[in-house]
Amino acid sequence: MIRLANVVKTFNSGKPNQFTAVDDVSIEIRPLNLTVLKGPSGSGKTTLLSLIGCMVRPSSGRIFLHGIETRFARHNESAGSFEITSLPERFLNEIRRSTFGFIFQQFNLIKGISVLENIMLPAYPTGENHTALHQRGMGLLERFDIKRHAPSKVEWLSGGELQRVAIARALINNPSILVADEPTAHLDSRLSHEFMKIVSELKSKGKTILIASHDPIVYDSEIADTVVEMRDGRITGRGHEE
Amino acid sequence: MIYHPAILSLLTASTIISMMVLFAGWKGLLILRCWDLKSGSELQLQMERSTYLVSTILAYILFFHLISLFLYIFTADDLHSMFVGAMCAAGSLNANRFGYPVLMLKIVTCICAGVWLIINHADSQGYDYPLIKPKYAFLLVLVPLIIGETSLQFLYFAGLKPQVITSCCGSLFSAGAGTLSSDLAALPRVPMEAALVAVLAITCLGGILFLKTGKGGYFFAAASTLLFFIAMAALVSFISIYVYELPTHHCPFCILHREYGYVGYPLYAALLGAGIAGMGAGALMPARQQASMANVVPGIQRKLVATSVALYLLFGLVTAYLIATSALKF
Amino acid sequence: MALYTLVIFVLASLIFFVHAIKRESTTILREAPEMVVQRQLAGRHELIPIDYIEKIRSIRGVDKVEARLWGYYYDPVFGANFTVMVPETKQLAPGRIILGRGVARTQRISTGDMVTFRGATKASLLMTVQEVLDYQSELVTSDLVLVSRSDFQELFNLPQGHATDLAVTVANPDELATIAAKIADRLPDTRPILRSEILRTYESLFDWRGGMMTVILFSAILSFVIFAWDKASGLSADERREIGILKSIGWETSDVLLLKFWEGMAVSLTAFLLGTNLAYGHVFFFSAPLFEPALKGWSVLYPEFRLEPAIDFLQLAILFFLSVFPYTAATILPSWMAATVDPDAAMRT
Ligand SMILES: Nc1ncnc2c1ncn2[C@@H]1O[C@H](COP(=O)(O)OP(=O)(O)OP(=O)(O)O)[C@@H](O)[C@H]1O
Ligand SMILES: [Mg+2]
Repeated sequence: MIRLANVVKTFNSGKPNQFTAVDDVSIEIRPLNLTVLKGPSGSGKTTLLSLIGCMVRPSSGRIFLHGIETRFARHNESAGSFEITSLPERFLNEIRRSTFGFIFQQFNLIKGISVLENIMLPAYPTGENHTALHQRGMGLLERFDIKRHAPSKVEWLSGGELQRVAIARALINNPSILVADEPTAHLDSRLSHEFMKIVSELKSKGKTILIASHDPIVYDSEIADTVVEMRDGRITGRGHEE
Repeated sequence: MIYHPAILSLLTASTIISMMVLFAGWKGLLILRCWDLKSGSELQLQMERSTYLVSTILAYILFFHLISLFLYIFTADDLHSMFVGAMCAAGSLNANRFGYPVLMLKIVTCICAGVWLIINHADSQGYDYPLIKPKYAFLLVLVPLIIGETSLQFLYFAGLKPQVITSCCGSLFSAGAGTLSSDLAALPRVPMEAALVAVLAITCLGGILFLKTGKGGYFFAAASTLLFFIAMAALVSFISIYVYELPTHHCPFCILHREYGYVGYPLYAALLGAGIAGMGAGALMPARQQASMANVVPGIQRKLVATSVALYLLFGLVTAYLIATSALKF
Repeated sequence: MALYTLVIFVLASLIFFVHAIKRESTTILREAPEMVVQRQLAGRHELIPIDYIEKIRSIRGVDKVEARLWGYYYDPVFGANFTVMVPETKQLAPGRIILGRGVARTQRISTGDMVTFRGATKASLLMTVQEVLDYQSELVTSDLVLVSRSDFQELFNLPQGHATDLAVTVANPDELATIAAKIADRLPDTRPILRSEILRTYESLFDWRGGMMTVILFSAILSFVIFAWDKASGLSADERREIGILKSIGWETSDVLLLKFWEGMAVSLTAFLLGTNLAYGHVFFFSAPLFEPALKGWSVLYPEFRLEPAIDFLQLAILFFLSVFPYTAATILPSWMAATVDPDAAMRT
């Protein structure tokens, strides 16, 4: 579980173009749930996702992680729950790498290298054995039915295939939480539904999923457990909580 | 001033190294003054980023400094034909009063940079930058050392005049000349051998004790530092004469020559490595008290102690081999 | 990359060249006499009377004193300067000469041909070439013309009973300095020159020339460093994006720095190997055509010679410090700037 307490993120603080993108947000992300962030453009969804995903540090407020296994958490005496707000970058990174898998709006695959290489990239800094990694990558490709594209360059793939490559990449380090920012923005409705099917499969396999989207296919989907609405950096409402 | 390509390259290298360390020192000063881990301000983020830059710079400095140390000796060696009375680096370095201080400073800065990197490595394993202040305070000590070394080196090369009559290893490192080097050479052979063996044994035992029980870290660090100096003295006092097979030749530089199979390199490399590892292990002792370090430091220290002991043993073995195969017998 | 290789190539050629030349001349000078005594007149080199030989020989410790005859001959047709010498070991018959390669080449003559030299007293001398000196260590012997004693005297109209200078051999080399002091004391108008002194002068001469060239090249390196900086700091948009992606999927700053380090290593190593190998070929197989005019200004004769390959750790270390080190140092800051791209930047493209 992730808990945010009074989190504020201010850009360019102290300068004339100072801007508070996330303002005093306190929420809990429950494990094994699908949480959807919705709201108009510029309301701070992406910023909130990057705060939760340990990509940036809040200007104030605290973020707690509960029940997450990391090398560092084991060393920590108060295991079970710890605060990540003031961790050095390399620790945030370690947590991010092992706990979160990211799916981006533009898929953010690297051109010029093969699909398989792309999928294995997030695991390189862990220094893991290459053959084991290779096997895991091929397994994921098989699971998403794109094994035959393994050696091809990403430039040649279709939108739906790119989406599946991006999901496979997010899963390579076997994270417990998946974070997706506007995953369906570039997809037609058929592919969007297909994406939601994969999401529900992953959810049933025990992943916690967090999606920011203003696509009704996503936030009106029946598999969404919690919908959090945002406006101007604040949370304005929650929908169908069971 | 002699325009020798090697001198130019040494001066270039030192100037660049000085600029890099000045830059790192400036960043370090900023960190010492404004560091506040609790803050999420831009400045703090910026400073945390610059710690990466500083460690990268220091790693490069250590690497290039090590090469420049050997290049310096090599250059001095190459220049010996310029000076009346010089037969090897010992004579060239003695051509004016800056030669030897530069060499000493180079060795000291290499050791400091090595120890700094060890502390830095330990610090990066702690989740709250536990060693950030001592680390950067230490960096600020390193800055004047390196700048001083660069300036002295400049003075040394600028003051080199061909035809200067200098005295070389034959007289510098001979007993009774009344200088530090001659005093080193005059150290009696048998007690020095005994001292080297004894301190080597103590250091190794201390290391094994530390590896087994995790106790006696300070003791080991002290012993290995002492051993470093004794081994240096031993090189001048008796190891050299076995290598040259001449009971009166004590030069510490000629062993780097091809005639002696370049045996000086493994000896000096082992000594430097062992010294840095041993002192680094000692420098980490206070960090054991820190909560965030208590789990990581002992592991790092164990590796350092093992490295140090292994390198000192290597030094001992090479020395024993040299003595055993030498034609010089007492 | 190409510029990098070029810088290393030029620098390596220069360093190898100076080093090889230095070794060559040291080898040659080793055969020179231990001590040469010259007479000074009003601070200038003057002919020395033969009877000085006896005076010097009487000094205790002196083994042998020999008169040497040598001078320079200017050839107006080719505009070249030759060194004319009477050989100490070989006896030449009058009318016969031995030539260095360079002389033979510029005059386009070979063994058996006849040459005319313009004497100091109008009359020309006709000589037969007995031999052309062989290839080895051509740098110093290239402009040499060896003639017989009588021809030398006729060519330069040398007064009888005089020599250019005296070569002195000493029984015990350790006493060289004392004997030199004694000679200077007894014959105040002479100046003894020791071989070790000449050797030193030569060495510093070569080092100085090499140093001057290095200074010139240094500015080249500087511009090259600026280029390296420019290239490394002007990250292309694509590259920025890629690094942003890497960071967003869990790479850390130090991972990216490591990647950049290996990238730089690969570039440096390739350029270094390529540059030094090219330079090796340039200097030792093609005799450094690029530097001849700059470095071998002995005379107008450019000796055509092969240098003995000689490279050691020192040369490579110098080269490394003058090229790879500035390049690497120049790339540290840009790679760090690239590596500290915000990980969330990838979410906003
Ligand atoms: N690095 C930054 N510097 C300054 N302002 C920023 C920065 N990043 C984001 N912002 C601002 O923060 C606000 C919130 O941005 P954010 O991307 O979180 O919104 P969003 O809800 O994801 O919008 P969209 O639906 O269009 O993706 C925007 O107005 C943006 O201009
Ligand atoms: Mg957004």
